[in-house]
Amino acid sequence: MARHTLSVLVEDVPGVLTRVASLFARRAFNINSLAVGPTEVAGMSRITVVVEAEGDLLEQVTKQLNKLINVLKIVELTTEQSVQRDHVLIKVKADAATRLQVTQAADLFRASVVDVAIDSLIIEATGTAEKLSALLSVLEPFGVREIVQSGTLAIGRGAKSMSDRALRSA
Amino acid sequence: MSKGSPISPALLAARPAPPAAPERDAIPVRDTAKVVPAGAVRGPNAVVAPTPMLGSAAIVRSLEELGVDDVFGLPGGAILPTYDPLLASTKLRHILVRHEQGAGHAAQGYAMVTGRPGVCIVTSGPGATNLVTALADAHMDSVPMVAITGQVSSAFIGSDAFQEADIVGITMPITKHSYLVTDARDIPRVLAEAFHIATTGRPGPVLVDIAKDAQQAQTTFSWPPKIELPGYRPVLRGHAKQVREAARLIAEAQRPVLYVGGGCLKAHASAELLELAELVGAPVVTTLMARGVFPDSHEQHVGMPGMHGSVSAVTALQQSDLLITLGARFDDRVTGVLSSFAPNAKVIHADIDPAEISKNRLADVPIVGSVKEIIPELTGAVRSAFETQGRPDISAWWKTISRLQATYPVGFTQPDDGLSAPQQVIKRIGELTGPEGVFVSGVGQHQMWAAQFIQYERPHSWLNSGGLGTMGYSVPAAMGAKVGDPDRVVWAIDGDGCFQMTNQELATCVINNIPIKVAVINNSSLGMVRQWQTLFYEGRYSNTDLNTGHDTRRVPDFVKLADAYGCVGLRCERDEDIDATIQQALAINDRPVVIDFVVSRDSMVWPMVPSGVSNDLIQIARGMTPTWEEED
Repeated sequence: MARHTLSVLVEDVPGVLTRVASLFARRAFNINSLAVGPTEVAGMSRITVVVEAEGDLLEQVTKQLNKLINVLKIVELTTEQSVQRDHVLIKVKADAATRLQVTQAADLFRASVVDVAIDSLIIEATGTAEKLSALLSVLEPFGVREIVQSGTLAIGRGAKSMSDRALRSA
Repeated sequence: MSKGSPISPALLAARPAPPAAPERDAIPVRDTAKVVPAGAVRGPNAVVAPTPMLGSAAIVRSLEELGVDDVFGLPGGAILPTYDPLLASTKLRHILVRHEQGAGHAAQGYAMVTGRPGVCIVTSGPGATNLVTALADAHMDSVPMVAITGQVSSAFIGSDAFQEADIVGITMPITKHSYLVTDARDIPRVLAEAFHIATTGRPGPVLVDIAKDAQQAQTTFSWPPKIELPGYRPVLRGHAKQVREAARLIAEAQRPVLYVGGGCLKAHASAELLELAELVGAPVVTTLMARGVFPDSHEQHVGMPGMHGSVSAVTALQQSDLLITLGARFDDRVTGVLSSFAPNAKVIHADIDPAEISKNRLADVPIVGSVKEIIPELTGAVRSAFETQGRPDISAWWKTISRLQATYPVGFTQPDDGLSAPQQVIKRIGELTGPEGVFVSGVGQHQMWAAQFIQYERPHSWLNSGGLGTMGYSVPAAMGAKVGDPDRVVWAIDGDGCFQMTNQELATCVINNIPIKVAVINNSSLGMVRQWQTLFYEGRYSNTDLNTGHDTRRVPDFVKLADAYGCVGLRCERDEDIDATIQQALAINDRPVVIDFVVSRDSMVWPMVPSGVSNDLIQIARGMTPTWEEED
């Protein structure tokens, strides 16, 4: 099954996330990641959802999503035509003996150290899912204590704005 | 037993037009009987200057401004504030039901005959959860309705307060949309939006959950409110290029069929459909939800398709080379095993809901829009396609279909046990009442027989629970239909199982002078389940015996039950009494009539496509399949 990234513009009203998520649940779609936040337009939020699905089933769910009154617009973003980024915070074991090695590894991935304690570091990194998984495998030997990861964020390349188009067709 | 009016039943049976209303005394006649197209918010379009009032009064006032005449409901704690101004309203007639599910189905029945949204009002918690079945039913059958539920005060929401249920959460998958109102200022806008959503696009149920404190708060009411629904833009007009492409296919098809669904009925497109059908000249099949939208007596009508459809209708679809699908959704009961359904047909699919197109069957020509607008455009396009491409010769196709119609008409055999055939009872109800009546069924064998053996000549004359298959739909939906269209004879054709689920609404009917007629087709069992047990479980009748019929303890005795409610109760156990009993019921118009038709339990619904096989394996009786003529 292929991975698909959908950007869903919604009205910022209570329950909208439940409505969207439950449609995926009803069709037994696995949501790989989900990110929700406000947009440049007041009252409008954007949900980025990554799902694994066959093409025609995905089309069916997209149509069902479009039927939700609070959904304004849905766009599938391909990796070629969009920038997609994940964000991760990693707590790694690091004492005086290993701290330098860990920070060097982080540097190689253009990740930054955002917290230091006697025996641990917190590393913040942004990138594609592949890059972050590579970073994790490098940090693994030092001892990863805790990971927290955002859902994928995705935005179409070029000057066009998704919310512009949603408003114009409204 | 009858103390009926002196009007002759024979006159009633052949009643040519609805205004010959024998029920005038029973219900104040209102101008609600005319079916109006579902569309923009109805109402007097009055402008109301800002007026201070309570939230509860704003609810009642909004309903009045929206043009609502009748509401069905049952009060309780969280909706109590709203019931106070309701008492004072002179425009709203509130009908107090005995169970909230009854209010929901009544709202559905009302909507189905009037084309206007049905409205019900219930309290929080159990009141709201009792509505769930009706909401799911309306959602499946695309019935416009607005359900108003009380909710506990906003400060208590989420605290497991007394009679609290997250009804918005519970009903999310079974409503077209839902609202939780906690601010009285939102009431007019939300109700106007709810009515707009329920009645436009693909119709459906909308739930408005209103917290008690919002009902009690002081607010300022003004009308009309501004509706803001940027994410809701139903497409009405079909794409012109697709319509032309559809016309091109129609002009080429050798074996076209019009596959007509409930969408044509909801769109009030009977007249448009008739014109298109007569121009194309193709066989027309009407699904369970569409019975009556195209007249049964029309020579092009070849029956109902599906699991219990006629051989001619099922075969027409199976052997077709072009399905002209109008407001139908390729339901599993119609298609049988999907991969073997109409294998050689191209598909034109017109529907207002884009999500229905290519959901089950890939559409070669998808047309999104209202069939009310698409059909006339298609008719025009077909006319010009016929001019340029010429008319296809479909006489060989009609020869095939006509042979099937003649050889395999829908019929029944007399049972061996000496009891009446249920099909005969239902057939006679239809014949003696005539096409101006309204027939509302429950779910099961009697539903299929009512779909097969009553002749439907006009839209909105056949109501049933098609998608959800809700046993218990009949009595409350018939009640709602009678309120919506009081001049018509309204029959609830129910089963002995179904009837026991919602017959408490007979009390509502008696108290409020809603003289429906209930025919309990009493085969003393859960008949459809029993039929499957006969056919597929070696006659092992697990839990399908209801003990209501012949040679049983008759628990309950339906005649006594009717009597206890203040209805007229009649019993008919012999073939020779069928007509007289029906006529007796038709003559009584001052209160509900319940007839216990004691029928054979061994009668089965035929034809039947057994579950899980191709429609090609349709059986006309147990183990009997039609013989197919060799194709040339």
